[in-house]
Amino acid sequence: MTRTDPLDVPRPHAQLHFGVFFQGVNHWTIWSAPESGSQIDPASFRRVAQTAERGLFDALFLGEGLRLREVDGRIHDLDVAGRPDAITQLAALAAVTRRIGLVSTSNSTFNEPADLARRLSGLDLLSEGRAGWNVVTTDNAWTGANFRRGGYLDHADRYRRAEEFLTVARAMWDGWEEGAIADSALAREWSVRGAVRRVHHRGPQFDIDLAPTLPRSAQGQPVIFQAGDSGEGRDFAARNADVIFSAHGNDFDDALAFADDIRRRLRAIGRPDDDLRILPGTEIILGATEEDAQEKKHWIRLQQVTPATALGIAGLLWGIDLSDRDADGPLPKEDPVVTENDGSFGARRIADPRAVVAEWRAKAEAHGWSLRETVIALGPQRGHVGTPSGLADKFAHFVRHGAIDGFNVTPFLIPDGLDDIVDLLIPELQERGIYRTEYTGTTLRENLGLRAPLTHRSALDRRQAG
Amino acid sequence: MTGPALHLAVEIDGDGAHPAAWRRAAHSPDQLLTPRRVAQVAAIAENAGFTLITLDDGVLPPGASPDPVGRIGAVERAAFVAASTSTIGIAPVVPVTYAEPFHVSSQLASLDHISAGRAGWVVTEEERPEAARVWGRPLIADAAARARESRDGVEVARALWDSWEDDAVIRSVVTSRYLDRERLHYIDFTGETYAVKGPAIVPRPPQGQLVVLGRPDRVPAAQLDVALVEGRDLASVATAAATAATPRVFAEVEVALDTPDATAAERVADLERHTSWTDRGWLRHVGSAGQLVARLAELSRHVDGVRLHPLVLDEDLPVLSRVVLPALSERRLAARPLPGTSLRSALGLERPANRFAAAAVAAQEDAR
Repeated sequence: MTRTDPLDVPRPHAQLHFGVFFQGVNHWTIWSAPESGSQIDPASFRRVAQTAERGLFDALFLGEGLRLREVDGRIHDLDVAGRPDAITQLAALAAVTRRIGLVSTSNSTFNEPADLARRLSGLDLLSEGRAGWNVVTTDNAWTGANFRRGGYLDHADRYRRAEEFLTVARAMWDGWEEGAIADSALAREWSVRGAVRRVHHRGPQFDIDLAPTLPRSAQGQPVIFQAGDSGEGRDFAARNADVIFSAHGNDFDDALAFADDIRRRLRAIGRPDDDLRILPGTEIILGATEEDAQEKKHWIRLQQVTPATALGIAGLLWGIDLSDRDADGPLPKEDPVVTENDGSFGARRIADPRAVVAEWRAKAEAHGWSLRETVIALGPQRGHVGTPSGLADKFAHFVRHGAIDGFNVTPFLIPDGLDDIVDLLIPELQERGIYRTEYTGTTLRENLGLRAPLTHRSALDRRQAG
Repeated sequence: MTGPALHLAVEIDGDGAHPAAWRRAAHSPDQLLTPRRVAQVAAIAENAGFTLITLDDGVLPPGASPDPVGRIGAVERAAFVAASTSTIGIAPVVPVTYAEPFHVSSQLASLDHISAGRAGWVVTEEERPEAARVWGRPLIADAAARARESRDGVEVARALWDSWEDDAVIRSVVTSRYLDRERLHYIDFTGETYAVKGPAIVPRPPQGQLVVLGRPDRVPAAQLDVALVEGRDLASVATAAATAATPRVFAEVEVALDTPDATAAERVADLERHTSWTDRGWLRHVGSAGQLVARLAELSRHVDGVRLHPLVLDEDLPVLSRVVLPALSERRLAARPLPGTSLRSALGLERPANRFAAAAVAAQEDAR
């Protein structure tokens, strides 16, 4: 990479923001290493949260899946599984951390606003303004089988429901004026008269009448995160979110194209185009030298893509059960079976399996790769690999050119996977002036450098900001 | 009945049992819904030697103006408290009249993991019709339907807690399997109004099953570990306790105690000028600490424990902590929970076998 004059760039003073994702139920998390810790023990969560806080991360982010993953009707048994309820776990972490944001992935399809918005609000109060909500949607009956209403929502309606959900949630969060609670026990009334507004909402998704039960937090409202990559998902983020997670953080041009697209969508609806923080998910693999880093990456990939996992990933691509094949042998001779995915399992969907298989065959033949080597080389690629100073230069280039605002890091090991990043990479970033040396605020919103919640801005604010 | 020692629980929601308790609180109203306050009250209860704290909740405001209308969710408070205490049991109130049992089960299982086996669950109902409009769900109109929802909700939560066997995570490097899927179970619950498939998304709680508390006239006895019994006098509490048919029985007791600054009667009268103290048909002790110790000694012959509802937490909890619990402890009428033990052990309850694992073992034996 060519070094640029740090001041001759679009965003010379840009700062990186880091989040940590604990933990995807996928093969990226290595459970087979002797140092791999428990996925459920509260000590693992505390360790990761406190390490991230030591590294001045903006947020700790917990995932959610409302049904255990299945493949071909059987519970998927190769990857980590079994997680705590996100908000409950984060409320516990609020007691043992001071500055890091606590972001819950929570589903807008299988929750009701009165309940979920209140739970998020409680987390926001207990953490004194550090709560975030990663809004996710589900449409399928397979997940619905765990809930009272079953699978009731059409695919097209899932974002509509999410948007209406957010409208109700924001009305609840805004329901109490600042200073709604008396500041003296001698007051005539506990809450100031007229300071609590009821929420009446009648729409296609919700018919609700309630009195909000919680005051505003230190950050006004929980910070809204969103991760949809479709055009619909990006528009949803542009209209509603404060932070967008993406899968566009590896390649500079791809990241910049995504960021430009998001900025265009923001301008189109009249929001300032720096109103959303763009945090691609990534793995970061560090080594003392470039060779060390590549060697470590190779080791990590072998742990992640076990023979059984290779056969599982290939099986999904081919659409047939390959679990009895030899992962260290050649690619299957058969053509892939293209079936309609009924959405009934929590696994990846592949757009054009025939084309992917053709590419895999060509490359495997050219390099003499086994099936497992092919999966490792050509399967989903993600992550940055290098020395701390090399990656710091690279990230400076990314952030100063507006391709990203930071990363949501997935450690491949729990609970120690962040240690190298915090101890080795963060100081290099600080040296380059692209990373804070202390928390800049006390709330998640402040640390992310965000404006007030969307519903708190007057028309004048919006014009000035734009 | 397990012996002379009484298990002591205390309800710590808001500022106390009296709706106007906030007027005598030691903090200003705007400090109630803060993490500092939540942690402080729990710490006092733990230091005092209580076995269990409960945290009242519901989707509707806790009261009506001029009294407090705000409350942080009980599960969130419980999790926060779990991370800042080490020994005391923690039981949030969670009604399942309208809530999703799958979520409730996950939340409570998580609380048990977070607290290393100190979690309980107080099952209540959303009785008021306004609750349906808050949830945006069809009204569960009558008492029988609400009892049905509680019964089914507890059944689903308990089945989900068993849906992972204790050793479902095998981390078998040789076979590349993290889970043994034979040790995970679909619960396939089908009730009158809904069905739940399972398995849970949270591994089995450390206690196997959380300690479930509730009114024996509202939740089937077979689903309860602890019956919360009511009665205005000792005789009616004793009768209710004798017929509860649950492993443990706790009596609900409201307490207003004499403090160095005012008698209990004066303190009650002061608050009654503003709002009247809701009559729930519970035992009510208004008097000295010594008299309370004597009443609890009497009660210990009929129940395994009591859940105390202090008039004003900031006034009554210090008296309970300094006078009442030490007096009970000296007379061996109550015991502190031991560090490192689960709530189940503290209550002398066994860790239950997993229903699905037991069925699998039975099937294997049949096959022999």
